[in-house]
Amino acid sequence: MGKLALSERILMNIEKPARYIGNEVNIVKKDIKDIDIRFAVCFPDVYEIGMSYLGIQILYDFFNRRSDTYCERVYSPWPDLDKIMREENIKLFSLETQTPISEFDWLGITIQYEMCYTNILQVIELSGIPLYAKDRKKGDTFVIGGGPCSVNPEPLADFFDMFYIGEGEVSYNEILDLYKVYKASDMTREDFLRKASCIPGVYVPSLYDVSYNEDGTVHAINPIYDDVPKTIKWQAVTDFDNVPYPMKPVVPYIRATQDRVTLEIMRGCIRGCRFCQAGMIYRPTRQKNVEMLKEYARIMLDNTGYEEISLSSLSSSDYEELDELLTFLIELRDNDHINVSLPSLRIDAFSLDVMSKVQDIKKSSLTFAAEAGTQRLRDVINKGITEENIIKGSHDAFLGGWDKVKLYFMMGLPTETDEDLLGIAELAEKISEEYFDTVPKEKRNGRVMINASSSYFVPKPFTPFQWAPMITPEEYIRRAYFVKDAFARQRNKKSLKFQYHDAEITVLEGVLARGDRRLGKVLYDVYKKGAIYDAWTEFFNMNRYKEAFDENDVDINFYVTRERADDEIFPWEHLDVGVSRRFLLNEWHNAKAGVVTPNCRQKCSGCGAAVYKGGVCFEAKN
Amino acid sequence: MKLRIKYEKTGVLRFIGHLDVMRLFQKAIRRAKLDVAYSKGFSPHQIISFAAPMPLGMTSEGEYFDGEFNTVTSTEDMMDRLNRTLPDGIKVHDIVLLNDNAKPSMAIVSASDYYIYKNEECETDIPEVLKNYIEPMMNKTSVEIIKKTKSKEVMSDIKPLIYEIKPYKEGIYMLLASGSKDNLKPELVIEALCNEADIEYNRYDYMIHRIETYMGESKALKPLSCDGKQF
Ligand code: SF4
Repeated sequence: MGKLALSERILMNIEKPARYIGNEVNIVKKDIKDIDIRFAVCFPDVYEIGMSYLGIQILYDFFNRRSDTYCERVYSPWPDLDKIMREENIKLFSLETQTPISEFDWLGITIQYEMCYTNILQVIELSGIPLYAKDRKKGDTFVIGGGPCSVNPEPLADFFDMFYIGEGEVSYNEILDLYKVYKASDMTREDFLRKASCIPGVYVPSLYDVSYNEDGTVHAINPIYDDVPKTIKWQAVTDFDNVPYPMKPVVPYIRATQDRVTLEIMRGCIRGCRFCQAGMIYRPTRQKNVEMLKEYARIMLDNTGYEEISLSSLSSSDYEELDELLTFLIELRDNDHINVSLPSLRIDAFSLDVMSKVQDIKKSSLTFAAEAGTQRLRDVINKGITEENIIKGSHDAFLGGWDKVKLYFMMGLPTETDEDLLGIAELAEKISEEYFDTVPKEKRNGRVMINASSSYFVPKPFTPFQWAPMITPEEYIRRAYFVKDAFARQRNKKSLKFQYHDAEITVLEGVLARGDRRLGKVLYDVYKKGAIYDAWTEFFNMNRYKEAFDENDVDINFYVTRERADDEIFPWEHLDVGVSRRFLLNEWHNAKAGVVTPNCRQKCSGCGAAVYKGGVCFEAKN
Repeated sequence: MKLRIKYEKTGVLRFIGHLDVMRLFQKAIRRAKLDVAYSKGFSPHQIISFAAPMPLGMTSEGEYFDGEFNTVTSTEDMMDRLNRTLPDGIKVHDIVLLNDNAKPSMAIVSASDYYIYKNEECETDIPEVLKNYIEPMMNKTSVEIIKKTKSKEVMSDIKPLIYEIKPYKEGIYMLLASGSKDNLKPELVIEALCNEADIEYNRYDYMIHRIETYMGESKALKPLSCDGKQF
């Protein structure tokens, strides 16, 4: 056990010092003498959140399979330590060897949500790496970003040397091989970046020039050299069964948000909900073989000692061998005392039966992601769940003994009217009525509870709604009150509850999601005003953002409430995620016309993702 | 079958809390494939319980927990299987099969002894300084100190709870009442010594190491492992 980067005095003065000591079970140890490349992977949020995220474990395992590379982890220091590090000039360090990140060759940051952008600046700055990529020299750490937000990384373009667009397992080896040549030769940093830009999936923002129209929209995005590709193509794993998987995930000492084995059963989603970015960018849907998953589950449980397992996918009910997998999980539960936590499954007789075996019905609730209050609006968003499905599912569940239902909605969806909003309250009411019709008085113990909650819809790049306006926060609040009032008028109002998400943070998410490079300066200024941990309401301060927008003459409504013309060039136009612009635009028109698009298994809609030559696009169709 | 397991917690793992140590052992027991007993119900958990909570920052070579097992092999085999899967800093030193009439460790803890020594990061060796104030302090009729509880602060005489205190190796040795009946934290004794010496008290100026956890009357203390036999 080596020395820790932080002193006894500091560790005893901060919350949860175990966040910073490393030494967890299953960490990889290597001798630095045998290593050419030191890579730090970072999830820019607090340890307990970052440790719960499967993607980091996948990359950690992937990089450490290379004998010339040692990959270590780093997370955002909590504000208490952040303050001390700034005051005492302590550099951010890796957990494994407690080495300053500035001594690493690479800092790889996964970008999962917009509200962690200020934490990214925090991590880069505390590491002692120049904040702006243009100020880094040969010998400085390369900062590379990946993850879902990297499909529009433009607001962060100034701070990253490059982005990796796609699933990490595909092209990273090529990047590292080229890096070794760079490190051992007199190749300049610029030359390296230029060569790297030709590797599929690598986006070097400094090699592209963005020009704007007078109205503020993008005029053109062009590479500044001829040998730099015009578009950057998202990389997707096609041989999904043989992609490496972390069989020995690192097990934290302190309780992480997800304190269990996670089994990724499927990537992508066949459904094509029009608001869902993951459902578009992770196309095509690819499944893992069930026999292999069973083996993985056993090995991972043995290697970690976890007492719980959960499944990861965007829509587990669409996994074709789900019955067999769940039967296996129930056996694990009965024979090995493994708790099974089920992802949200489509509610039907089968899933209810499984759930009744693995959870306490009295304590658990059923979840329906209805997303919208009327069938009309559900057609607009292509959410293939009907009121009938929900009522029937609830009916079966009430018969099975459940008496708590959760409903998820979004407000501010394109074309939404007050009627759709009323529909939210009415749907909740109908479910409660179904309860009273289904369960006789003598069998009711306690009261049925229908908990509806609504978020504020944010249009995301590479979805059919990338053209759509977002409603203003004032309008969102009006709609929220409108729905609240509607709930208060329902007959069974005592059994119904309605909650809605914070408006301000969501507006910013909207600005950053579809933002462009001009927001880089705003982010820098906001960060310099002290913003970190903006995803946490207790640290978030809207005034810092308001000031920074004002100081930089940025009108947030340009990004948020403006409907884009069909032919507008987006700030992410030079990226290509497989799904074509033509398909997305068609879907946007279908949405406005309320026309439903079948899912990939019913009928291929030719979205463009078939270029990856794998997954559902090539499953035998009948 | 009930076992009592004695372990050490040292090195950087002094920064993980009591509940985290519990979770660490639950996982280690599974990795070691020991046949531990589980509670019934929807979220079954291992039937294990820890003797005395250990504060963050302290190291120890005398920690204990009790566990209920369906089948057991031998002390040596079970120790070996656990130690092979435990992280650096946690090590099992002994496992005994408890006597039939043994009470849960949590209920019988009555004392612990500690070694207080210098924190290498500090310029002054505070324990060395404090050594000279042990005698004057213990010669008084009472040692009054402010004890903080959740709701209030009370003056309290801790002298009766100090069973033994003396200079030891590079620092100070103390044997103190511990457990659910009377409990005295070593930090409070150091604070009292600082008051005696008229120097500012600071938790980071010294390190605490627990040597052993005891049961029985203060005159006839026995380590917790005396409640059973190796097997
Ligand atoms: S190409 Fe067809 S089957 Fe493949 S993801 Fe697109 S719509 Fe689905």
